[in-house]
Amino acid sequence: MTAEATIPASAAGASSEPLLRTDTLRVHFPITEGILFERRVGAVRAVDGVSLEVRRGETLGLVGESGCGKSTFARAVIRLVDATEGSIHFDGTDVTRLTGDPLRRMRRRMQMIFQDPYASLNPRMTIGSMLAEPLRVHGLAKGEQAMKRARELIEIVGLPRNALNRYPHEFSGGQRQRAGIARALAVQPEFIAADEAVSALDVSIQAQIVNLLSQLQSEFNLTYLFIAHDLSVVRHISDRIAVMYLGEVVELSPSRELYERPLHPYTVALVSAVPIPDPKVESKRKRMILRGDVPSPANPPSGCRFHTRCWLRRELGDPERCTVETPELRQLAPEHGVACHFAEELAGNERRDQLVTAAAAHSNVRDTDADEPAKPTGASAAPASDPDSFFPGDVSHH
Amino acid sequence: MSRTAPDPEALLSVRDLEVTFGSGDRVVHAVNGISYDLAPGETLGIVGESGCGKSVSSLAIMRLLPKPAARVRSGSVILEGQDLLDLSDEEMRRIRGDQMAMIFQDPMTSLNPVLPIERQLTEVLETHRKLKRSGAVDRAVELLELVGIPAAKNRLRDYPHQFSGGMRQRVMIAIALACDPQLLIADEPTTALDVTIQAQILELMRTAVTERGTALILITHDLGVVAGMAQRINVMYAGHIVERATTDELYGRPRHPYTVGLLRSIPRLDEGRGELVPIQGQPPDLSRQIIGCPFADRCFNVLDRCREEMPPLEQAPSAADEHLVACWNPAEGERLVPSGFESELAS
Ligand SMILES: Nc1ncnc2c1ncn2[C@@H]1O[C@H](COP(=O)(O)OP(=O)(O)O)[C@@H](O)[C@H]1O
Ligand SMILES: Nc1ncnc2c1ncn2[C@@H]1O[C@H](COP(=O)(O)OP(=O)(O)O)[C@@H](O)[C@H]1O
Ligand code: SF4
Ligand SMILES: [Mg+2]
Ligand SMILES: [Mg+2]
Repeated sequence: MTAEATIPASAAGASSEPLLRTDTLRVHFPITEGILFERRVGAVRAVDGVSLEVRRGETLGLVGESGCGKSTFARAVIRLVDATEGSIHFDGTDVTRLTGDPLRRMRRRMQMIFQDPYASLNPRMTIGSMLAEPLRVHGLAKGEQAMKRARELIEIVGLPRNALNRYPHEFSGGQRQRAGIARALAVQPEFIAADEAVSALDVSIQAQIVNLLSQLQSEFNLTYLFIAHDLSVVRHISDRIAVMYLGEVVELSPSRELYERPLHPYTVALVSAVPIPDPKVESKRKRMILRGDVPSPANPPSGCRFHTRCWLRRELGDPERCTVETPELRQLAPEHGVACHFAEELAGNERRDQLVTAAAAHSNVRDTDADEPAKPTGASAAPASDPDSFFPGDVSHH
Repeated sequence: MSRTAPDPEALLSVRDLEVTFGSGDRVVHAVNGISYDLAPGETLGIVGESGCGKSVSSLAIMRLLPKPAARVRSGSVILEGQDLLDLSDEEMRRIRGDQMAMIFQDPMTSLNPVLPIERQLTEVLETHRKLKRSGAVDRAVELLELVGIPAAKNRLRDYPHQFSGGMRQRVMIAIALACDPQLLIADEPTTALDVTIQAQILELMRTAVTERGTALILITHDLGVVAGMAQRINVMYAGHIVERATTDELYGRPRHPYTVGLLRSIPRLDEGRGELVPIQGQPPDLSRQIIGCPFADRCFNVLDRCREEMPPLEQAPSAADEHLVACWNPAEGERLVPSGFESELAS
């Protein structure tokens, strides 16, 4: 495909203004009671004050346990769901409350790809008409010209030429995801939010799609918001990563730094929980196993929302500050923000270094004294002799 | 391996197991003559992409295949000297839940949604252990505490939906362990869970099987999960075991091009942004007849012979210990370092 057809005009002259910026964005879903007279009895605070920037041409990764608001954030940003409070700026324009034609024009520039492309592809439409449709809707091309563009698109995403006349159900999962990507690309967007787009795929296919996304990014100068629950994939593809917990961003950092020098105790726990496909590393690793489940976003804990599961707070003797004062996202290193009152304790914290993989991979430490870090794992792990240790130290006591 | 007699030391010996679905002109060859042994107390990982026969081969062992859709064409499944495929349904019911148990990705597939969890636990104990009601209840509380259900006593009357996903999986594990089975099969037990909860459940399973000497077959598509759990791993592809080795051997010196491909496809948390090397193409359609090696179309080492004759699962040349591979042209077994890793380390 030709370059001039695809490079969006606004991206050509790179500016320092981020492509996307949210300012204390909140998305609350009302919880109602009663049938005849619906009363509002509360709200799910799915996204609760998120200020993030996505820079032109970068990939911003978004991670966190399920229910922490990742999808809602992405949907709010591309205006599939309305913001309750706060603002969204896209390419310098406030798009928070756009409607009608201006919204439609803006939508062309931001697209989303989903975990299950099948749900977003019309089962009764051939791939060809599905690709031509948005071109027509946005007045970009029609008739033979649209079909020509559709042919280009399937080639770009690596689908066989005969795919144009076939239906979604005739494709494998990986091919369907390629079709979903082609559809998102059809309208030449500048920004793509990928919500768990590779999560349901087998690893060999996942790698194909991850590589395709990287290739498309450099070819078409795309900006990505990349959401996945697999931290390894997110690290692989992202320049910077934001970690969410109960609707808030608790840490924001360059990708590599986040995994090697995390400054939030939640990030440390997340990173230490990710299995590494290497028995040598696994047998030496230690884990910070978080207690219990994530609390409800309808009724988040006071102060720091993580305090009910925070191992650092416990290590510090339960300081009151954690339960009464909400920590702001503070810049502690260049490009590295963290929302924890005691994040300084983590910089250079030996325990942290043992828990994050980079350190674990290159050291030999084993530690069985504390109750949280799990015993060394792996084939060589000796059977525990202490009968109490059957009861793992990872249970919540609420 | 298929010709070798079952190992008398083994807890479980699977021989030439073949399972198909359907009949007439559309027969799906789900499991194509697999053989392996499992030692008492051993943890065996079974890995491979979706559709390669991990679940079907394990359901065959448990005699839980859907009838009449599935057909065991041939083979034997010997648990402690007894061929399970010869047993009546009644005899099988006595063994299941007692000597062997299985847990699934979605606990709701085996938990009864309209029964409080107390009943589901005591039922197993009353059936297999002939415990009286009160004794069974005490034991149920013990088991729930064992798997880390907080305030276990107060939760006996709760229904499965009142538990979170992680807690439900714990209840499943409690039921599976109730009668101290010698064999536990866990089919993707953590796939639906967050990584934090996965760590909890894996730790629980590891402790449980180590302390009780339970043999565990851990089925997963995640090469990270088994790396820290299993002593030995079977890699499956298109209904065949294509490689089998100790965990250290398999990751350290993978021989089958498919295993090599899998390991190169996965990004590692502790390594940099080097290029992922995907496996080209997709797994074959199991309803078509495959001649030769089922991986041939995607393989970087393919020879003419591969398209003519299925390679047998045999000891890899110059490998330490048991290291079986079904390949006419195995990889050398060099340690895999993804490209880009060295440069990042140096920077
Ligand atoms: N349309 C909706 N109505 C009510 N609650 C919702 C809706 N969408 C999401 N939620 C809730 O908002 C929270 C965040 O959900 P989501 O953004 O999907 O999280 P994630 O993508 O991180 O898993 C969850 O508690 C979820 O149940
Ligand atoms: N009930 C069924 N009817 C027909 N085919 C089935 C059925 N269950 C499984 N299969 C087929 O058997 C093969 C192996 O499936 P399975 O063991 O579930 O794979 P895995 O667990 O490795 O993902 C697949 O090709 C699948 O389509
Ligand atoms: S037998 Fe041949 S085609 Fe099959 S994996 Fe080995 S080299 Fe590749
Ligand atoms: Mg989501
Ligand atoms: Mg399965």
